Amino acid sequence: MHLHKFEKIWLVFGMGSLALFLVIIGFAAFWKGTHPQSHIEIIDPENVEAHESFKPENLGLREVAEGKYIVNIVASAFNYDFGTDTDGKPVKKIRVPKGSTVLFQITTKDVVHGFQVAGTNVNMMVEPGHVSRLETEMKNVGEFTVVCNEYCGIGHHQMFATVEVYE
Amino acid sequence: MMNPLKIAKKDARLYMSFMYVTFAALLVGGLMGLLQTLARSGKFTLPFGINYYTILTVHGVILGLVLTTFFIIGFQFALMGKTVGISDKQRKTGWWSFWLMLAGTVMAAITILVGQANVLYTFYAPLRAHPAFYIGLALVIVGSWVAVFTNFHQLYVWKKANKGQKSPLLAFMVVINMAMWFIASLGVAASVLIQFIPWSLGYAETINVLLSRTLFWYFGHPLVYFWLLPAYMAWYAIIPKIIGGKLFSDSLARMSFILLLMFSIPVGFHHQLTEPGIDPTWKFIQVVLTFMVVIPTLMTAFSIFATFETTGRRKGHKGLFGWFKHLPWKDVRFLAPFIGMVAFIPGGAGGIVNASHQMNSLIHNTIWVTGHFHLTVATTVILTYFGIAYWLVPHLTGRRLTPRLNKLGIIQAIIWTVGMTIMSTAMHIQGLLGGPRRSNFSNYAGGEQVQTWIGYQAAQAIGGTILFIGIVLMVYIFIQLAFFAPKGVEEFPIAEEEVDAEPTPKVLENWYLWIGITIALILFAYTIPVFDILKHSPPGSVPFDWPIGRQ
Repeated sequence: MHLHKFEKIWLVFGMGSLALFLVIIGFAAFWKGTHPQSHIEIIDPENVEAHESFKPENLGLREVAEGKYIVNIVASAFNYDFGTDTDGKPVKKIRVPKGSTVLFQITTKDVVHGFQVAGTNVNMMVEPGHVSRLETEMKNVGEFTVVCNEYCGIGHHQMFATVEVYE
Repeated sequence: MMNPLKIAKKDARLYMSFMYVTFAALLVGGLMGLLQTLARSGKFTLPFGINYYTILTVHGVILGLVLTTFFIIGFQFALMGKTVGISDKQRKTGWWSFWLMLAGTVMAAITILVGQANVLYTFYAPLRAHPAFYIGLALVIVGSWVAVFTNFHQLYVWKKANKGQKSPLLAFMVVINMAMWFIASLGVAASVLIQFIPWSLGYAETINVLLSRTLFWYFGHPLVYFWLLPAYMAWYAIIPKIIGGKLFSDSLARMSFILLLMFSIPVGFHHQLTEPGIDPTWKFIQVVLTFMVVIPTLMTAFSIFATFETTGRRKGHKGLFGWFKHLPWKDVRFLAPFIGMVAFIPGGAGGIVNASHQMNSLIHNTIWVTGHFHLTVATTVILTYFGIAYWLVPHLTGRRLTPRLNKLGIIQAIIWTVGMTIMSTAMHIQGLLGGPRRSNFSNYAGGEQVQTWIGYQAAQAIGGTILFIGIVLMVYIFIQLAFFAPKGVEEFPIAEEEVDAEPTPKVLENWYLWIGITIALILFAYTIPVFDILKHSPPGSVPFDWPIGRQ
């Protein structure tokens, strides 16, 4: 097949940049560990309480070491269950200090949901039968809205929470 | 090069039937889009207690599945009829395909409109719609398969009658697109027939959610190339004729279509990057395969602009950009697709972000994605389809694209560009700020972040309103071209090869080879991960209806 000289240059340049781009993505994923979340851990969606992390008393924010936190959440239409506070009211907002490392663990009891701490790359699909998990360092101060970003039914847009990162 | 055939009246009737449904779908789906942007601006409430997610489902199904499929199949039938001919029997099966698809569309549409299928066009399990919704979708797919095999048969008959000759380029392209569509839609058909229909009828208690999503996206990405390839057909083989030039390279065009066939399908995981149940290594492998389509895309960009330049210089336009200045800007058959090509530059760049293993995490399921595909399918693809309709419709109805209609078309293309620039840009920015897609208006917990989203939602309503004006104008032009424009002859533009063009290598028509490689790539990309999904599958999911799927 005949290729024009300019076209050869164009394609070599294009394919070269493509190869470089893929190497960068691969390097970041396999050496820097920035894979998107994938743990292939399964769970019975009709009995999520059987899992240690999703027992009602273990839901919500917990400090496990200096500056290290775990947040366990159970999603269902149309709510994120972060457990209850000392008054027995449902928690809708969690607060962590700037620079802390937070592990988000979430599963769903019914349909597919999303979990995004808006404006950050904490962004996971939450599917029945699977545990979604992502660890991140909260570097920026502010109030971040947590939104369900996968359509889950008529009240989908009412499913939210807040993460506050303070100084 | 064979001389193109004449399209008989009875054939034109078949092709036009697909066009009527296309433009009816444009009006209905566009109205839903308008209502959505208005509702999400927070300034309007939907009348008659209509649910936001019902119109969202209608919008996606009618525009993403119905409009595109009807236009493509109608256009491709016309291309086949023009280049390789259609027999009485083939026309009959063509009608079968039309009626099956229409029956399926009506069935699915009614189910959605009565509120029994608020599951959006992706119908992710375990949301459950009424079985009629899934059966309707299955009928649309089966109807499209009838068209697939009719087109295959048309080329086969031609090849037998023209032994040793290379197939007409456009017929070759149609067959590539239909081969891709058939291989890809097997996935969603399997999911609908084996998983969804028995489960929605209550014969199966549970469904494997991850498997259903994987089968959907095995189909979902080639689906977007199924929309794009007819636009490429016009760019490669029709636009050169409109601007008074020749085909850039027959073999290059064929090669790029073959590459698109091979690398459109084994790539569905890049839609599932943030899902918990798929091995990250296999996600990465499919990301790499996804990016291979960059190569035919670069080839296409080069040959299109090379055609523009060669044609302009041959006409004697001097200077570095003389050829560009003298392109037929006042001919809507050129202008509308040209704007589409330009939109594909940011559209393609956004696509690279979406498919990237990590960048995807920031924008997955945000309204950035909606902004992305409104640039690609709702600008690049649809403006090229409009550009085709301006000559195809009058050609089929024995009328002419008058200077007045041409002018209206140019205004339409400009309105579209303005409206889409506003809407899509607002969507991209709001998405980067974390605003979710597919959501009704909401203040969430309030706060500064949500306030910034709402401003962009207002901009989307303005863009959406302008776009709807563009849709009304387009439907008006269509009706004029179909029924009222003065009788006459409108050209069916097909570019010819240069007299001294190099011969096309025979290997490019070796179907066994290319389809064999395509299947091998699919098996490579999917066998192990699907086996893993089945082996590590959790207990299945029971269906969920009210207040989630059905009302």
